[in-house]
Parts: sequence; C-alpha cells; structure tokens
Amino acid sequence: MSTPTEHEHHVVGPKTYGAILAALLVLTATTTGVAYLDMGVFNPIAALGIACLKAVLVILFFMHIRYSSKLMMLTVGAGFFTFIVLITMTLSDYISRNWGLW
Amino acid sequence: MSTIVTLPNQEEARLPKLSYLNSEYGLKSWLLTGDHKRIAMLYLISITFFFFLGGAFAGVIRLELLTPQPDLVASDTYNKLFTMHGVIMIFLFLVPSVPATVGNFVIPIMVGAKDLAFPKINLLSWYLYVAGACFLVYALLNGGVDTGWTFTTPLSTHYLNTHVITAAMGVFIAGFSSIFTGLNFIVTIHRMRCPGMTWFRLPLFCWSHYAASILMVLGTPVLAITLVLVMLERTVGIGVFDPTKGGDPLLFQHLFWFYSHPAVYIMILPGMGVISEVISTFSRKRVFGYTAVAFSSVAIAVFGFFVWAHHMFIMGVSNYSALVFSLLTMLVAVPSAIKIFNWAATLYKGSLTFETPMLYAFGFMGLFTIGGLTGVFLGSLGMDIHLTETYFIVAHFHFVMVGGMLMAYLAGVHFWWPKMTGRMYPESMSQLAAVTTFIGFILTFFPQFIVGYLGMPRRYHAYPPEFQVLNVLSTAGATVLGIGYLLPMLYMPWSLKYGKIAGSNPWQATGLEWQIQSPPLTENFVDIPVMDHEAYDYEWLAHKTEHEVTTVG
Amino acid sequence: MDSHAIVTGQEQHEEHEEHPAYLRHHFVTVEQQRETASFGMWLFLLTEIMFFGGLFMAYLLYRNWYYDAFVAGSNTLGIGLGTTNTAVLILSSFTMAMGVYSAETRNRKGLVTFLSLTILLGLVFLGIKSKEYHDKYVEHHIPGASFSVEDFVHPADKRDVPLAPDMAQHAQLFFFLYFAMTGMHALHMVIGISILFFLLYHAWHGAYTNGHTSTIDNFGLYWHFVDIVWIFLFPLLYLISRHPLK
Repeated sequence: MSTPTEHEHHVVGPKTYGAILAALLVLTATTTGVAYLDMGVFNPIAALGIACLKAVLVILFFMHIRYSSKLMMLTVGAGFFTFIVLITMTLSDYISRNWGLW
Repeated sequence: MSTIVTLPNQEEARLPKLSYLNSEYGLKSWLLTGDHKRIAMLYLISITFFFFLGGAFAGVIRLELLTPQPDLVASDTYNKLFTMHGVIMIFLFLVPSVPATVGNFVIPIMVGAKDLAFPKINLLSWYLYVAGACFLVYALLNGGVDTGWTFTTPLSTHYLNTHVITAAMGVFIAGFSSIFTGLNFIVTIHRMRCPGMTWFRLPLFCWSHYAASILMVLGTPVLAITLVLVMLERTVGIGVFDPTKGGDPLLFQHLFWFYSHPAVYIMILPGMGVISEVISTFSRKRVFGYTAVAFSSVAIAVFGFFVWAHHMFIMGVSNYSALVFSLLTMLVAVPSAIKIFNWAATLYKGSLTFETPMLYAFGFMGLFTIGGLTGVFLGSLGMDIHLTETYFIVAHFHFVMVGGMLMAYLAGVHFWWPKMTGRMYPESMSQLAAVTTFIGFILTFFPQFIVGYLGMPRRYHAYPPEFQVLNVLSTAGATVLGIGYLLPMLYMPWSLKYGKIAGSNPWQATGLEWQIQSPPLTENFVDIPVMDHEAYDYEWLAHKTEHEVTTVG
Repeated sequence: MDSHAIVTGQEQHEEHEEHPAYLRHHFVTVEQQRETASFGMWLFLLTEIMFFGGLFMAYLLYRNWYYDAFVAGSNTLGIGLGTTNTAVLILSSFTMAMGVYSAETRNRKGLVTFLSLTILLGLVFLGIKSKEYHDKYVEHHIPGASFSVEDFVHPADKRDVPLAPDMAQHAQLFFFLYFAMTGMHALHMVIGISILFFLLYHAWHGAYTNGHTSTIDNFGLYWHFVDIVWIFLFPLLYLISRHPLK
C-alpha cells in the first residue's frame, strides 16, 4: 500500500521561538546599524543578506519547514526559484542593453 | 466502420436511479454545491456561453476582412473587436476549458478520491470566474476595450479612454479563479491518491493537469500584479510604464509575458492530457513511453518559464537577451515534440477505430504539429523580425490554440460526455461536425500563414488589395468552422434526452472513472478503490470484463 | 482476491473509530486532512511570493535607473518608525507562533492571549504606518498632482545632495513604489487582522484547542509570510543609503 507519506507532527516549543525572536531582533538592529556605515557596494549586499537570513529563520522555525516533509521544502524552494527566474532573466535584458554594438 | 463502443442493451437499460445529477434538487443545491462534478457542469455552461460570444467577435472580424477597405466598422470598433475576442477566448474560454470542466469532473475519480482536496475553494473558483466575466461584460456593454488582449503600455495606460481598468479587473479576478483551480489540483494529485495509486500509475491526463497547475499557481499572480500596476498607473499617472516620464514600457511587457507565455502552456497541457487518454483508448494500446510523456509535461511547465521574451524580440530588448531567449525557445519545443512522437508510436500497430474523440485527436496531432513547427520559425530571431506582428503569428497561435487546444477540448467533452451525462451523443452527427471543423479550420487559418508571410500586419482592418483573395478564403473557412462548432450545440443537448444509455464503460477504456456508473454517484465511489494495476492496462480490463455482469439502472 | 479494482477497504472500519466531527467526508484520516490543508496554504503563499515579486522587479529596475532619486526619497522616510515597525511585526510573528503552540498544547486561554497580542501588535504596526503615510501627505511626497520637488531640489539637510529637477521628478517613482508595496503589504495586514478577530472569537469558544489546530497553523503561515514581505521591504525602502555617521 502506498498512501501518501504521512508526517509525524512535531510541536515546536517556546524556547525555540524565543531564541529565534531574539535572533531576529538582533538582526534588525544590525541591519539598521550597518546602514549607517559606508561600505560602498556592500551596503545593499549586507542589507539583502541580513534580510534573507531573517526570512530563512522565519521560514525554518516559525513556519516549521525545518520539521516538515521534503515535499514542503521542495514547494518553498520552487516558489523562490521562480521568483529568482523572474528577477534574473528580466535583469539580463536590462543589464545587457548597453553592451557593445552588436 | 468498426467501433469499440459497447453499450448495454438499450431495451432494458435505464440511467442509474441515483447519481450526482439527481441526488439533490433545486437551484441552491447547484449554486452552493461542493461536488466537483456539479461545479464542472456549471463551468461547462459558462465557458460554452463565452466561447460563442468570443466567436461572434471573430465572425465580425472576418466579415470586415472580406474587403481591403475599412468599410464595415470604424477603426476603434475594430480594435475593440479583436481585443474582446482575444480577452474572452483566452481568459474566459481557453484557460479554464479542459481543467475546469473535464479536469474538475474527472481528476478526483482518476486518483480514486471522493472529491477534490478543497471543494469550497473549487466553488469559489467558479464564482470568481463568473465575477471576472461580469466585469468584462460590463466593460463590453459600456463601449468595450481596444488595447488588444496584451494591454500594451503606454497605450493602455495613457492614450486610451476606454474601460481599461474594468477589463483589467475582470481579468485579474478570473486569474484568481485559475489559481485556485490549479492549487486544488496540485494538492489533490499529491495527497488524495487512493491506496496503490503511485505517481506512475496515474493516467497521463493527471500528469498534464499537474504540470499546468504548477504554471497556474506560479505564473498567474505575476499577471495579477501587472494588471494592478496598469490600473494604478491609469489612476495616478506618474509614469511607471511611460517613457516620456522616465518609465519603461518594456517593464510591463516583461511582467506581462512572464505569465502570458506560461499561459499558453496552461492552455495546451490539459489538452495534451486529453489526447493521451483518447489515443490510448481508440488504439487499444497503452501510451508509448509513459515516463517520457509524463516527464515531458513537467519539462514543458519548467522550460515554459524561461522563454517569455520571445514575444518581445522587436520591442527593444537587448541583443544578448534576445539571443538567450531564442535559444531557450528552441529547447522548449523539444518536450512537445516528444509527446507527438510518443502518441504516433502509440498509434503504430494499434487497433484503431475512428470514433469522434479519435477524429479530434487526429486533427490535434496534425494541426498542433504545424502550429508548433511554425512556432519554431518564430523563435529564430531573423525570421521573427520579418514575421512578427503579421498574420503569420495569428495563424501560428490559432493553429496551436484552435487546431490544437480547441480540438482537444472537443475530444475531451465527447470522450467523457457518456460519463458526465450517462448518455451517448449521436456518433454520425458528431463525426460530421469533427470533419467540418477540420476542413473549416484549415480553410480559415492556412491562408493566414501565407498572407502573413507576404506582409499583412495583424490587428489592422485595412490591407493592400492583393491580399483579398486569401482573406476571402479565410472568411469562407470561418463560416464552415462556425457551422462545425454550432453542430455540437444542437446534438449534445439533444443527446441528454434522446441519446443512447451509455453504461459505465462505453469505450472499454481503462482508468478508474470508467469502472464506476455513468453518471457517477455524488461520492464517486462506494468504497475507496485500491489500485493494483498499471495505467492503460488493457489486459487487466479484458480480464475484468470477462467475469463481470453489467447491470444498469 | 477478485479481479475488481474496487475492493472494500479495511481502512473503512478503522476510520469509524477515529472520526472526529471536523474530519471532512472526502478525507480518510485527520492527518491527511491536516497535511492537505497545510500544503494548500503553502501553495497560496507561493502565489503571494510571485505577486509581490512583480513589484520587487519594478523596484529593482527603477532603483537602478534613478538611484539618486531613490536615495533622496528613502532618506525622507523615518528610520525610527521603520525599525520600530519591523520589531513590532517580528514580535507579532513570535506571538502568532506562540498561539500555534498554545493550540497544539490545547491551551485555550494561552491561544486567546496570543491571538489578542498578535492583533494588538498588528494594529500598532498599522497605526505607525498611517502616521508615516500622513507625514508623506503633509510633506507633499505623495506622487501625483500634489507632489512637490522642493525638498529634493533644495534639500533642508545640508548633507543631502540637491537633485536636478528631472531626477527629482523621478522621486515620484520611488514614492509610487513605496506606497504600492507598503500599501499592498498593509492590505494583507488588514485582511490578516480581520481574520484574526474571527479566529479569536472561535478560539474563545474552544474551536482550535480540541485537536483541530489546522486553521491556526495555516493562518500562522500566512501571518509569517506577511512578516517576511516586510523583512524585505524595510531595508529596500528605508535603508538605501543612509548618511554615514561621522
């Protein structure tokens, strides 16, 4: 019998949530603080990087993906992959508009 | 002509006493139903209405194009005609065509479930469809929209005073109908399969719908936000797409086509699913290369996201980006071709019979191949510069959408009609209709390839006089085509009262839906089935029917 | 073993034993129903990713083309209010997660408390947002007829670089995207808070602490997603290029 695999339901506790909350607040303070340093091209990289880290923490722990089936992880991955395709392939047009004269 | 149709003895046969059609009575039981089969019928009625509305616009377009002068309608009116034709046919007919009618009806049964995963959301889908359609009808009755179905900016945002916002809102809402249908299918196919129903025992119809649903869920929201931006722009007007104010019209096009290219795969994939089922049944053979066909459906869905800018080659994208998108477009043709080869291999040494669904399937294979190949011509940059925005494009997409998808839709409706209604449609009438549509189609759209190649632009109601002969041929064909499409409107309702009783499996097909009564019970199955054989297993079917006593009524 | 595909399942007997009222007829087990609902919500969130994705693409393009205007526009946004709002929303995500935990541990009072806190924090967020919108209105930074380029052509702050008039006009694009993105986000917050009131009412009556935690779980997913959108909006809109501390 091959019913769809049923996943053990894992309850995430307050300690984990508390730790993630603390991490997120620290990262928020960091991103605001870092914005006041002049790091040139690394400013937006740092800002987006910290944002991505925060998002990953929320997805893994608050949204329980850390404890979910592979299907759920694949689903989340598919969503972000499609978003990345939209951004990068559209940008590929804009970035290359002034290249050479061919 | 030989036939595989196996009907119960018509003297004694009656429709089953209890089915989803008579389990509850009254308008409320239909308008507030959760039953996927009733929702499918609601959709069937709605989209048939809009098909003929869109077709009526096409009729007027072809009438205008009988003569080279713009003498039937004014320029603005002509723009409104082709816009409404496109918007209605794409968003209110083609996108929901197979998934919302046949798909809704048959997918839960095919996977062995009692309903879709989210019945209430299924009903919501239909109401969203109707709501979106109402917005479009309102826009139509108040003067129509003349932007073209592509809402190209800055024309749509700055230079027109027609009801663009209303029409955009209509498409926005209808888009959510599509999203929820896709969502429902993905979850159902993943989570509601009965015991023994592994992924590779699913009918290929389910694989196609799964792939199309991924596109619906991931692509349609981008269209939604694009339309929101258009609506905001029309209201605020600060220039997000207007070059005179620093905006980029190509941003609109990138976002629009990011959905609208996958949209064509949303439209065609369910049709391909129908073709797999029909060709297998009427060849009495399993589909050749099941795995290849299944994976090619998913491949079409994935690659379909990477090629959208081939609609923008002449619009000002960079040469580098045009090159990349052109190469990827060549790649996306491959999985479609794989399917055509596999279907042809299925036919080879099969035991063919030519019932109506099979006639439509043959029509599909030929016409979709031509349409698809011309798509490859258009995908190559040099050719596209010459051919784009001409009637060559119009012919290309009508070959794939009408010669391909619409034929597949008709094949599907005819194939599952006995299951949905319990009755057979009249075979000779339907075969006549199928042949008529095939002839009418070729006469309508083949001349358009020629006239497009010769340089006649699309979306123009006047053309140089030397193109008149081809246009007249095209209009004549459209008349024949119209007759072909009207015939089912006559004999299908007729069959509801006078058609032969079909029994549970008139086509002797495999698939769980053919093992239950026609029409099915509301809960589909008395007991959840256990799947113990492969898909398209005709030996299993033969063994089963040997020992079976069929009573109907 | 007969040759029919349709056989009476043993599962049918077992399911009668474990058949709570909230199990819908087309599901076989509670677990299947729970996982199905969760999967459905995740797919809906995917559509939201792509929906906001279009706005992010527009933002990326115009930030690149009109960087100076975007910097100037960004610097008129209150960083204190923005950072506070970010913290408020993260806190509300925490309270929502704790609500889910309460539902799973069948703690009715806890669930009610945490849902109420989430509503409160959500309303605080919207309150701060309206203050920010009001500030933009007063400063004539709302794009359209009332927009004024004064602040950008003749900036009050000495550290700000004055913009040429045409570049200053492009600041309207920044504010258009600011209002579109935060407005769309706020709309999702309003919908979320409305649903929270509904959930609060039912939670008070014990609807989600009897084993049927699916609704709270899945609403939690929605709420966290709205939080994630803001997590990206904040640096992109508020922190483009703040003046370095000297």
